[in-house]
Amino acid sequence: MIWLLDDTWIVITGALCAVACALPGCFMVLRKMSMMGDAISHAVLPGLAIGYLVAESRDALPMLLGAALVGVLTALFTQWVGQFGNVDRGAAMGIVFTTLFALGLVLIERAADHENIDLDPSCVLYGALEMAPLDLMTLGAWEIPRAALWLAVVLLLNLLIILLLYKEFNLSSFDPSLASTLGINATFMHYLLMSMVAVTTVASFEAVGSIIVIAMLIVPGATAYLLTQRLWVMLLLSALFGILASALGHVVAITVPTWFGFDSTSSSGMMATIAGLLFLLVWLFNPREGVWVPRRVNKTES
Amino acid sequence: MSESGTLLADVLQVLLLQTHNTRTVVLSTALLGMASGLVGSFLLLRKRSLMGDALSHASLPGIAIAFLLMVKLGGNGKFLPGLLAGGTLTGLLGVGWVMAIRKKSKIKDDTAMGIVLSVFYGLGVAMLQMVSSVPEASAAGLESFILGKTASMVTQDLVLIAGVASLTILFSLLLLKEFTLLCFDETFMHSLGWPVQRVDTILLILVTAVTVIGLQAVGLILIIAFLITPAAAARFWTNTLSHMLLLAALIGALSGWLGSSISALYPNLPAGALIVLVAAGVFLFSMFFGGARGVLRRGWLHIRLRRRVGRQHLLRAVFELLEARGEALAGWPPNEPVKLEELLAKRSWSHGRLKQLLRQARREDHIERAPGSWVQLSESGFAEAARHTRNHRLWEMYLITHADVATQHVDRDADLVEHVLGVELVRKLEQKLTEEGVALNLPASPHLISKTVEPAS
Repeated sequence: MIWLLDDTWIVITGALCAVACALPGCFMVLRKMSMMGDAISHAVLPGLAIGYLVAESRDALPMLLGAALVGVLTALFTQWVGQFGNVDRGAAMGIVFTTLFALGLVLIERAADHENIDLDPSCVLYGALEMAPLDLMTLGAWEIPRAALWLAVVLLLNLLIILLLYKEFNLSSFDPSLASTLGINATFMHYLLMSMVAVTTVASFEAVGSIIVIAMLIVPGATAYLLTQRLWVMLLLSALFGILASALGHVVAITVPTWFGFDSTSSSGMMATIAGLLFLLVWLFNPREGVWVPRRVNKTES
Repeated sequence: MSESGTLLADVLQVLLLQTHNTRTVVLSTALLGMASGLVGSFLLLRKRSLMGDALSHASLPGIAIAFLLMVKLGGNGKFLPGLLAGGTLTGLLGVGWVMAIRKKSKIKDDTAMGIVLSVFYGLGVAMLQMVSSVPEASAAGLESFILGKTASMVTQDLVLIAGVASLTILFSLLLLKEFTLLCFDETFMHSLGWPVQRVDTILLILVTAVTVIGLQAVGLILIIAFLITPAAAARFWTNTLSHMLLLAALIGALSGWLGSSISALYPNLPAGALIVLVAAGVFLFSMFFGGARGVLRRGWLHIRLRRRVGRQHLLRAVFELLEARGEALAGWPPNEPVKLEELLAKRSWSHGRLKQLLRQARREDHIERAPGSWVQLSESGFAEAARHTRNHRLWEMYLITHADVATQHVDRDADLVEHVLGVELVRKLEQKLTEEGVALNLPASPHLISKTVEPAS
C-alpha cells in the first residue's frame, strides 16, 4: 500500500463529510425519518439541473442553491401528499422523490440538448471522492481541497445550529408533545432539520456523491443509537463512527481489490460499506442489547 | 398542415405499436407496469412501500458479483438471467437484514431500510467500479442497471420481462386471499393458523422479482416509482381491494404505454423518466379527483358533514329555547320567535358562524326572519327541530341507562354521536325506552338545560 498526501486528503474530506452528515443524521434516526435523507439526495437532481439552466454555466453556487431548495421542497411535498392525500408517509416520500428524480433526468437531457455539456446524472449518483484532492485552493499558507473546505464550513454550520438549539432538538426528538407544550415550534424544528440535511447533502454532492451521504446520515447515527441513550454521547459516537468508517473505508478501497488483482475502487462506496460493517458488529455484539449478548449481562439487566 | 399531418401519423404509429422496436419497449414497460402495480398494491396496504427502495438498491452488489463470477468461470459476463439472479439474491439478503434489524433491535423500520439501502448500494458501486477494470469492456453495460436502458431493450428482454411479469401476476391472483388477509389483519390470519411468515416471504419474493426485472428496464431508482405510484393512485378511487388491484395494474400499464410512446416520439428523452412522470401525473389527478378518497371528494364530505351538524345544532338550540319558556301545550312548546342574543348565548358560536348557520337554514326553509333581531322556525323547521331534539334525548337516555355515562358528560357525547344515529337505531332506542316507561313523544332532557352559555366542564 502506498500512502500519499492525496490519500490523507481523501480521508479528511470523507471524514468531514461523514461528521457533517452524522450530526443531523442522529436526529433523523431519532425522529424515524431516516429515509428522508435517501429521498432528498435523489430528489435534488432537478434542482441541480434548474440551477444550471438558469445560470447557464456549471458555476457551483446557483446549482447548489437550486438543489438545496428542491431538497427542502421534497420534505414539503412529502408532507403535503401525506397530509392532504391521506397517503402513507413512506409511500408519499417514494412518490415525491422518484418523480423529482425523473424530472431531473428529463431536465438534464434538455440541458444536454441545449448545448454540449457534461452534466452527467451518474456523477451525482456516485461522486468522485478520489478527485477531491485535485481541486485545490489556497488558504493562507495551505493548499486545501475545495471540497474539504466546503464540507468543513457545512460541518461547522451544523454543529453551531445543534449547539445553539440543543435543548430544542433534544426535546422535540424524544418527546414531541412535551416540546410543543413548552412552546417549541415543531414545524420549525422539522424544516430546520430538513434544511440542514438538504444543504449537507448538496454540499457533499460535487465532492463525494450521494452514496456516502445517505450512508453517513443514517448508519453512524443508528450505530451510536444502539450504544447509548444520551443524546450528546450519541452525537459524539456517531461522529467517531463516521471518522472511523472514512479512514478504514479508504484503506480498504485501495488495498483489498489489489489482493484480487483489481485496481483500487470507489472510496465513498467502501466508506459506506465499512460504516455498514461497523453497524453489523455493534448490532451483533454490543453489551447493552446486542443479538449475541453474554447471558450474564442479560440477567442483571432484567 | 402537412407537418402536423405527419406528426399525427407518427403519434398514431407509435401508439398503435407499428414499429418493431417501439412494440418491444412499449409491451415490456406496460407488462412491467401491470405486474408492479399489482404487487405494489399489497406493499402499499402493508405500509411497506419503501421496501422496494431498499430492495432495488440492495440488488446492485449482487449484479456485480454475478458478473465477476461468470467472467471468472469463463462464461459470458452479460448473461442477463445470471446477473438478475445475483441481484435477486442480494436483494433478498438485504430485505432479510431489514427484517432482522427490526426484530432484534430497538431500531425502527425506516432506519433499518436506510442502513441496508445505503450500505448495499455503496458496496454495489464499489464492486461495479472494481469490475469496470476487468478487460471485458462489457462491464459498461452494468451501469445501465442504475439508470435503466428502456429505449434500447430488445426482444430477449421483452421475453424475460413478459415471463416474470406473467408469473408474478399469476401468483398474486392465486394467493389473492392469503395476501388480502396479510394486508388487512395479520393477527387474525395468524390466529386462523395460516403460515403468515411464509406468505409474507412469498410476497417479498414477488416484489423482488418485479424489482429485478425492472432494473433492466427503468433502472434501480425509477422502479421504486413503479412499485408505489400506480398503487397509491388507484387507492384514491376505490375502497375495494379487487378494484384497487385492477386499477393499479391498469394505471401501471397505461403509464408504461404512454411514457414509452412519448419517448419514442422524442428519442433523446429518457423513457424510464417519462414513464414515471406519466404515472406521477395520474397520481396527482387521482389525488384530487379520486372518487373514493380524493382530496375534493373528502373535502366535499367534510363540508356536508359540517353543514349537517351545524343545522342540527341550530334547530335544537331554538327548540330548547322554546321549551325553556315553559308554555308547553300538550307536550309541544309553542313556535314563537326567539332573540338572536339568546341563541348566541346558547352555544359557543361566534357571531359570524351563527349568521352563516341562519342563512343556510333560511335557504333550506327551516327558519323565517321575524322583525328586528328575532328569528322563528318555519313549519318544516319546527318538525325537523322536534325530530333532532328527540333523537338527541333518546341517545342521551340510552347512554345514561345502558352505557353508564355520567349525567354531566352526556350532552357533549350525544352531540358528537347523534349525527350518525341511523333510523334503525332510533327505532330500537325508542322501543327500549318505551319498555322502560319513558314518554315516547318527546322525552324531557335528562339534564338541566342551561339558559345561558354551557358551563365549562
